Amino acid sequence: MVSLTNIEIDVRGETCPVPLVEARKALNKASPGDIVEITGTHPASKKEIPMVVEALGLELVDIQEKEGIWKIKIRK
Amino acid sequence: MVEQGTIIVHSGDMDKIYSALIIGNGALSMGMEVTMYFTFWGLERLKKDGLDKGPLSKMNMGGLGKRMINSRMNQANVASLERLMRDYKELGGKIIACEMTMEIMGVKKEDLRQELIDEYGAVGTYIKEARKSKLNLFI
Repeated sequence: MVSLTNIEIDVRGETCPVPLVEARKALNKASPGDIVEITGTHPASKKEIPMVVEALGLELVDIQEKEGIWKIKIRK
Repeated sequence: MVEQGTIIVHSGDMDKIYSALIIGNGALSMGMEVTMYFTFWGLERLKKDGLDKGPLSKMNMGGLGKRMINSRMNQANVASLERLMRDYKELGGKIIACEMTMEIMGVKKEDLRQELIDEYGAVGTYIKEARKSKLNLFI
């Protein structure tokens, strides 16, 4: 039985390019199948993290935003 | 085949070093391999304690303008150059130091942060990387 981890990273208040960089660092450390969940506030990064996901050929599981705080879930 | 990018860092100006490192980190984050080639005034920034010592490219006003921009950047929570450099290396970014600049400016290897530098080379080393790259910038 493979156990999958949930990796959570918090980049609230961080601006370009930190959310992308931290997302990439977390994805590098994750194992295939792991879910990486990124929480942030930088508006451009909400659009750009999905571009990273596409460029790396990974799966975008979910994007949510509430009161200026977004959460993006990625499966490696 | 992984896409590649190169950035010539010719300027040592603080704002241009920011541009170079932000683009480098963005490209690495988006799955590219990146090589930065530090030459002329850019090489000064690889000296020990030199990374954030560059002036602003415009309105430096003897350091006053730079101080103002730095305080704005702090307010906007922009990452420090040191952090961007650390991230760049952690994501596998490569750095080449220009040997000719070292000769001209009398810079020795011991003057540089050798732990950041992957290779010492000249134009051929740069072209070898650049010809297979999709993104080639001169900053």
